Amino acid sequence: MIETLFPNVDTEKAWEKTIETLYMTGVSLIWIFIIGVILGLLLFLTSKGNLWENRVINWIISSIVNIFRSIPFVILIVLLIPFTRALMGTMIGMKAALPALIIGSAPFYARMVEIGLREIDKGVIEAARSMGARTSTIIFKVLLPESMPAIVSGITVTAIALVGYTAIAGVIGAGGLGDYAYLDGFSRNQNDVTVFATLLILLIVFIIQFIGDTITKKIDKR
Amino acid sequence: MITVRNLKKVFSAKSGRVTAVDRVNLEIKEGEIFGIIGYSGAGKSTLIRMFNGLEKPTEGSITIAGKDITKIRGRELRKARQDIGMIFQHFNLLWSRTVRGNISFPLEIAGVPRKERKKRVDELIRLVGLEGKEDAYPSQLSGGQKQRVGIARALANRPKVLLCDEATSALDPETTDSILELLVDINKKLGLTIIIITHEMHVIRKICHRVAVMESGRIVEMGPVLDIFKNPQQRITKRFVQQLTEPEETKDTIDLLLKEYPRGKIVKLTFVGEVAKQPVIMNLIRELPITVNILQGKVAHTQSGAYGTLFIHLNGKEEMIGKAIRYLQEKQVGVEVIAND
Repeated sequence: MIETLFPNVDTEKAWEKTIETLYMTGVSLIWIFIIGVILGLLLFLTSKGNLWENRVINWIISSIVNIFRSIPFVILIVLLIPFTRALMGTMIGMKAALPALIIGSAPFYARMVEIGLREIDKGVIEAARSMGARTSTIIFKVLLPESMPAIVSGITVTAIALVGYTAIAGVIGAGGLGDYAYLDGFSRNQNDVTVFATLLILLIVFIIQFIGDTITKKIDKR
Repeated sequence: MITVRNLKKVFSAKSGRVTAVDRVNLEIKEGEIFGIIGYSGAGKSTLIRMFNGLEKPTEGSITIAGKDITKIRGRELRKARQDIGMIFQHFNLLWSRTVRGNISFPLEIAGVPRKERKKRVDELIRLVGLEGKEDAYPSQLSGGQKQRVGIARALANRPKVLLCDEATSALDPETTDSILELLVDINKKLGLTIIIITHEMHVIRKICHRVAVMESGRIVEMGPVLDIFKNPQQRITKRFVQQLTEPEETKDTIDLLLKEYPRGKIVKLTFVGEVAKQPVIMNLIRELPITVNILQGKVAHTQSGAYGTLFIHLNGKEEMIGKAIRYLQEKQVGVEVIAND
């Protein structure tokens, strides 16, 4: 079936490339989640009328987030070359793509976390304070659980954007399905490979969306 | 139990400084249900939020069980807050937790071990009458049930004081009554001191022992609920009392009656305490040759006795009407002649 429709596709290689895409998406997603939640919490807590209200810190974090969110991803990869080389010791391959993927997406996700936290009723935080809760308790038992649907749907959107970013990173030698579609497909004039790689990317995106939606629905008790 | 001294709170807003609470002095006894009534913007919410340090006063002190709440912070303040429960107008439950989880939350904060937590939560669920709803989420509960969860949660750490910030204002009248009954019940059973903020005189009448009336940040009148009902001094207090004793349409009715009964006198009677239960009007008719026409009346029951108003029309000889008024005054009934012929 695959051989007749996609004569130039080497299924073993396609599988290998899929794993590479999943690896890059998965590893960077874990980091984006951690960094994004921390930055999102800081943005929220230091904003006006909140527990750690601090204009200076809020302005600094907010500016960093806005700057990195605004740089187009392709340019970000190039700008980060010295940083990546120092950090990962290499400029090519999947690992080299990780810093750019993480730095490119974490600020975007941080904003989504912040928006989710803003939607929490102020009264609930006040109720927790009136019970004598310390800030760490409020963060882990009120803020994060109460904004969990937004946190999960945010990471779903980020993951999907990230699959796209890995494809862009692939073009400059990071591996994965983008690399496969570009080098094996486009450069060698094998359109069936490009189409096949696209189908695999679509499949990954649909699966991510499905998992994200299912979890969001399950945890949202509002 | 609770002593408030010269409490003042000033907010600096763009439009200038706003004094939300202005030199408030209060003395609240242990086991008392104390009401604070005022229209929105009177500063009562700011006042109650200072009782557990959610708001820091600009000046003055609040001493609860010997501890000045306004002076402590950090761990000591958090510990003190566990002795002061609070319930809210919009319940402020965690939607991500079940009824059980919500009630358990303050116990987790206080570091109660899991096993004891479960036992205490079961006790509280029984206390507020939420059996069978343990595993429901707040979104599956009615307003009244949500407030019951709020009350159970506030009582979890066995506080000495319960603060109620417009706790029934989001509920329908019937649910309001059931929540108020629950509060009275808890007050009697646990000997808890309860402070209630409200704009509804109904709430004050139904459960409070004493009341303070607030206007523009100040307490303008304070006393036992029945005394305030009987003899309101300030205009604002009179308006609140009228909410209950004189329905909206009373004034229209009286105007109409004044036209319809050009002769005789229309008199407003107020009955307080024991008098409200005696057949004063019947005795009046038996003793004097006079016609009495009952126009409108209402009796309200408070925690310390009944309070009622009655509008009647007296007709007969001039001297008999005068005699009737003296007779009523002798019987400890408040008499106010509305208008003459």
